[in-house]
Amino acid sequence: MSIEKRKVSEKVVIINYGAGNIQSIKFALERLGYEGVLSHDAEEIKSADKVIFPGVGEASSAMKKLKSTGLDKLIPLLKQPVLGICLGMQLMCNRSEEGDTDGLGIFDVDVIHFEKTLKVPHIGWNRIKELKTPLFEGVAEQKFVYLVHSFYAPVCAETIAKCDYGVNYSSALNKDNFYGVQFHPEKSSSAGEKILENFLKLDLRS
Amino acid sequence: MLTKRIIPCLDIKDGRTVKGVNFVSLRDAGDPVELAEAYSNSGADELVFLDITATEQKRKTLAELVRKVAATVNIPFTVGGGISSIEDVDILLQNGADKVAINSAAVKNPQLINDLAAKFGKQCIVVAIDAKQVEGKWLVHLVGGKVPTEIDLFDWVKEVEERGAGEILFTSMDHDGTKAGFANEALAKISEMVNIPIIASGGAGSKEHFCDAFIKGKADAALAASVFHFKEIEIKDLKQEMKEKGIEVRI
Repeated sequence: MSIEKRKVSEKVVIINYGAGNIQSIKFALERLGYEGVLSHDAEEIKSADKVIFPGVGEASSAMKKLKSTGLDKLIPLLKQPVLGICLGMQLMCNRSEEGDTDGLGIFDVDVIHFEKTLKVPHIGWNRIKELKTPLFEGVAEQKFVYLVHSFYAPVCAETIAKCDYGVNYSSALNKDNFYGVQFHPEKSSSAGEKILENFLKLDLRS
Repeated sequence: MLTKRIIPCLDIKDGRTVKGVNFVSLRDAGDPVELAEAYSNSGADELVFLDITATEQKRKTLAELVRKVAATVNIPFTVGGGISSIEDVDILLQNGADKVAINSAAVKNPQLINDLAAKFGKQCIVVAIDAKQVEGKWLVHLVGGKVPTEIDLFDWVKEVEERGAGEILFTSMDHDGTKAGFANEALAKISEMVNIPIIASGGAGSKEHFCDAFIKGKADAALAASVFHFKEIEIKDLKQEMKEKGIEVRI
């Protein structure tokens, strides 16, 4: 009963900057009992308990959209838990090889393209391993998640999950209140929903 | 390791699921949303919805269906059937589709592939290709396989990759509905030619056929409809068999 009430009062904002399939994230939140608010308004985002930063598409054009709304300045200053998904995670890194794009510089790593010998995009279900932080609490090692991407963040000090596609790379990153996942938790069946739920509960643990 | 994907295909007409045998006779196999959820629970890796009667009026109905599916299932899905413009794709993606499949429209206007890839990213653009052998030559066919073209299958495969397709869904019209196995020879040739994932379609009749499509046909994913709709093959059993044959699979 109290859990249900808590869920309703939690304000989750999904940053809507015209990049990607945000409807699916909103639906996934609804399945977990949360209401996601789609917004690009600075005040709305700042007042959220949790912020989800999605992204699908090409890095440089997504970054342009962020800059045109000033969100590139706002996001790195957020204090509440922030979850970047897919391209959202990549844009939180220093830079991306895709379109030679400067990122938000939250994660200290450069995003690069997969080896040309591999089938790209890396589309489908792959395993995540070496899971760290409460984001993966209750998620077994080697669980399958759904991914669609052509660029990746190499393993670095901020890596909290790895995935193997020709190379071991960062499937998730964490620095302070910022989290990023390369996979799509909203499309990764029950494992994905568990990870989303862990994120939504992050500050309730303290 | 990336797993091989099993993809049930739901052919949609008037908001209901149908499956044509060789695309001619239609049989009703249930409510798409219910079926989608059942497949998601039974271990399907992805779903494909093909609106086989896509016309102007169908746009809204299809968008509504996409929205209902997206609200219900937690695995990715692709929507196709009569998609011919950026606006068509925009509506479907905004309602929660993960990918769209374009077919005839891409043949008529190949630039559409470039435009869609540039606007939405290649990861959500699946180019569906229907082909059959005419005098020993694989030719691309249009309108659900009814209209032949002069276009060579393998030339077209190469071209759609260069133009920005994220995946290719290859249906052999010679095999579709036969339940005699996938077009493994053509599949393997396509798979070796390009560097994007290939989804095999047409001819699934047994678990063995799927394994062959992955091992002999080198496909990245395999799609089927009636064998799943009529429970001739259970996805759980199929995946178990794949695993026993050493095929990487999500169980």
